[in-house]
Amino acid sequence: MAIMEKVGIVSYGANIPRWRIKVEDIASIWGKDGKVISKGLGINEKSVPSFDQDTATISVEAARAALKRCNINPQDIGAIYIGSESHPYAVKPTGTIVGEAIGATPDLMVADYEFACKAGTAAIQSCTALVKAEMIKYGLAVGADTSQAAPGDALEYSASAGGAAFIIGKDNVIASINHTISFTSDTPDFWRRAQRKYPSHGGRFTGAPAYFKHITSCAINLMRNAGTKPEEYDYAIFHQPNGKFPVSVAKELGFTYDQIKQGLLVPYIGNTYSGASLIGLASVLDVAKPGDRIFLTSYGSGAGSDAFDITVTEKINDLFRENAPSVFQMVEDKEYIDYGMYTKVSELLFWE
Amino acid sequence: MGEGVARFWREIPQRYNFIGDRCGSCERIFFPPKESCPFCRRKSMGKMKEIKLSGKGEIVTYTIIHVGPEDFEEQVPYPIAIVKLEEGPQITAQIVDCNIDEVKIGMKVESTFRKIRQDGSTGAIYYGYKFKKRC
Repeated sequence: MAIMEKVGIVSYGANIPRWRIKVEDIASIWGKDGKVISKGLGINEKSVPSFDQDTATISVEAARAALKRCNINPQDIGAIYIGSESHPYAVKPTGTIVGEAIGATPDLMVADYEFACKAGTAAIQSCTALVKAEMIKYGLAVGADTSQAAPGDALEYSASAGGAAFIIGKDNVIASINHTISFTSDTPDFWRRAQRKYPSHGGRFTGAPAYFKHITSCAINLMRNAGTKPEEYDYAIFHQPNGKFPVSVAKELGFTYDQIKQGLLVPYIGNTYSGASLIGLASVLDVAKPGDRIFLTSYGSGAGSDAFDITVTEKINDLFRENAPSVFQMVEDKEYIDYGMYTKVSELLFWE
Repeated sequence: MGEGVARFWREIPQRYNFIGDRCGSCERIFFPPKESCPFCRRKSMGKMKEIKLSGKGEIVTYTIIHVGPEDFEEQVPYPIAIVKLEEGPQITAQIVDCNIDEVKIGMKVESTFRKIRQDGSTGAIYYGYKFKKRC
């Protein structure tokens, strides 16, 4: 259990591609009842990356949004960790591209992280520890994905694209990270083997022994160590693979829908994997006031959870939040595509 | 290694971050950067200073590409515009994130970081600027 002092989020930014496809449109291709599936999953539509968007471009745009909102020199960023399961290269770090594009190179640490949907929160933990150890002044943690789903698979209704970036430091902290804790086990609920294009999953096994066990265990451990109760938090964010799981786990832990709704984006953009809980956090920071307390628990298949207890400081009033679009502004800025265009942009078409 | 890797690598500062240069003699700004000023010639030698441009500008003129070159065929129809940057230089770039009938002469635009092309499915991926309507 790490207790943090004066270390936290200095700035934040998010990026969501403009294209959307409706769950009903995907369902109709496979002869399913779209309304039933949409309601069952709690997802209306999902974001789709364009031909020229990938995890690197989303990470760069999110990081640039974070830099626009504050006055830090990118050369003071001493570490960049990018969490994703859709890094554009299997070998060549996304962080090198991001570092160059934001002007942070060359004197910094860079590595790409992978832990299914929680790699971005793992990046925040690493940056937090490095700042606390005074090895770096600022660290940049990003969670972003352009997630893939096999045609006709249940994941096709949810796998989407987006990401969020957080600058972690000790100066001008807008949201202090009071506590963070993790919970990890070997639970094969979802995986993608080397050189395979699409992931495989254990169907209903992804629920109780995976998502719910890890999130509830991690969340309870965090609140026990922090000495807090659900009602003491103004906002709560949970990993959101669909619209039902986060609502259920919140209720099970004693949180209300009002506490989670600002950070619940999955009905509008789908599951952005490593970006999911972090876009939720960005959405909360879009509206948060000094003194607000935020609870966040991510989940990554495989499996593990990272939980955070965060307090918003007075410094949030000095952040130029208006210098970059809010999460809900990006949710509203959209253009629908049909399944034909989706197959083309998702490289589902093959010809010789 | 694709033959374009070294060339692309040399151009990363301009493609990622709009690094141009300014002539120390006549103060003209160039993008992409030049080794010497074509107006001041010898007088500019050793006086070209790097400058980071804003990546903001407006559309001077544009066209819609209906028959794209290799690597861009799947994106047609798409707009290509000459954008006059706030600092003066004019550059050619793709316009994204809007319907093609929304593109207008005089439209204010800002740069966005995108994938430009790649050397097939095994080669390097090249990133750089495109432009979108300014928020």
